[in-house]
Amino acid sequence: MENKELTLMKGNEALAHAAIRTGVDGYFGYPITPQSEILETLAAQRPWETTGMVVLQAESETASINMLYGGAACGKKVFTSSSSIGIALMQEGVSYCAGAELPIVFVNVQRGGPGLGTIQPSQGDYFQATRGGGNGDYNTIVLAPSSVQEMADFVDLAFDLAFKYRNPAMILSDGLIGQMMEPVVLPPQRPRRTDAEVIEQCPWATTGRPSSRRPNIITSLELKPEKMEANNLRLQEKYRTIRECETRYETILCDDADYLIVAFGSAARIAESAIKELRDNGVKVGLFRPITVWPFPEKELREISKGKKFILVAEINAGQMIQDVRLSVGDSLPVHHYGRLGGMVPEPKEIVDEIENLIKTQSL
Amino acid sequence: MNTTILISGFGGQGVLSMGKILAYGALMEGKQVTWMPAYGPEQRGGTANVTVIVGDERIASPIQSTFDVVVALNQPSVNMFQSKVKPGGLLIYEKDGVNDAPTRNDISIYKIDAIDRAAAMNNPKVFNMVVLGALLKASPIISTDGLQRSLTKSLPERYHHLIPANMEAVKEGAQAISANS
Repeated sequence: MENKELTLMKGNEALAHAAIRTGVDGYFGYPITPQSEILETLAAQRPWETTGMVVLQAESETASINMLYGGAACGKKVFTSSSSIGIALMQEGVSYCAGAELPIVFVNVQRGGPGLGTIQPSQGDYFQATRGGGNGDYNTIVLAPSSVQEMADFVDLAFDLAFKYRNPAMILSDGLIGQMMEPVVLPPQRPRRTDAEVIEQCPWATTGRPSSRRPNIITSLELKPEKMEANNLRLQEKYRTIRECETRYETILCDDADYLIVAFGSAARIAESAIKELRDNGVKVGLFRPITVWPFPEKELREISKGKKFILVAEINAGQMIQDVRLSVGDSLPVHHYGRLGGMVPEPKEIVDEIENLIKTQSL
Repeated sequence: MNTTILISGFGGQGVLSMGKILAYGALMEGKQVTWMPAYGPEQRGGTANVTVIVGDERIASPIQSTFDVVVALNQPSVNMFQSKVKPGGLLIYEKDGVNDAPTRNDISIYKIDAIDRAAAMNNPKVFNMVVLGALLKASPIISTDGLQRSLTKSLPERYHHLIPANMEAVKEGAQAISANS
């Protein structure tokens, strides 16, 4: 790794730097632990003096998400970040963006809930992230980073996907990935898109109407139900395409494995350590890590789980992704869950013990 | 091989910085590294700890059940983490404020007097660098050269004139370990 840009950073800091470097136009956000370093880093870097990126501390999360609505309607690359409670506050605006087909990116550095909960890491917002989150039939593209490097890399990827499908995209992180420091290679500095590029690439955006076209109208409102149903069917068609084309996942030591752990984000890191220890004890376990949790890599998991004895879904919640795992594999093999709650994070040893107990129980 | 290190003490003792300097040093030496703070509503005088994992293997979990090395800088840290040292591992603790000494006999234990040594240097602020010097003497996770480069990299230039004093503190810390044998 002779790259000069290899540097040590927190996940939150890496994400902020990556946003500036990939030519993002604006950030609108409100501080909350454990993600405040995103706003702090952006403010400290003063990108408005270099790339011209806007960084604004909004008066609330609700204001932030509606600023995104406005920015994205103009074809700008805009994003926000928050932690669980703040993301909950934003859901009305996210639903509006989904309905108006606006390409926004938002980052959830999750903490324990429900309610104000705790400031320690959690994956308790999986349902909210993968089932839409706000009102109506919609989906958000959700990327789940499990390293500081992925915190940096997923900014550009999230914007690519958001603009490709004109759909909200979320980076679903947590306090552990946000707060830890690891070496990271930041992307090279790119300029922001020029106005001409935005007009060319976003013909739907409100960029000022030339006499050659009709006005672009950005709205989620349609009072005629026949038309609203047609809008919904168009959205559903889009979600089908995303499900078909955009699943991403990683497998570790799955080929010869007798047992499978399915885990995303920080839980996948902890599970990987457990797998090493289990293999040292002669127990062959593999890891399937969904990188997109929506769309969930159903077909891929179904394929990889063939011939395995059971699946353990390890999450830092009470059992949320396990539903998607069960939908993927059906009754073809037993699916178990291990989780910690409220900001407690499992140690690798807990997952080792759980697998060993399950093996014992299954062989009884 | 990866080495797992936990440093724990009072907020304000420089626990997180110590971990950061160590992590930067490892990065400078081309090693894999992860730095994970116990974050929370921390304050000066509260508890603080950091996990640093350094080595040549891909690092999976930043959260560890047990550690190769534990540095405990107060009584609560000794109490909480002495049992988390792997058998054959290493425990370094600051003598000041620790009345109940660690009791394990299956690990190497070093008692250091970093607070006194920093005071004797007329620079209590270098306390954590004395501790770091002790840690690196007992377990050479990174080289002194790597440490020096780490300071150069992690400190803003306006503080670079303080690096020699910090490196002196590191040497002082190494002696605190030698004094144990």
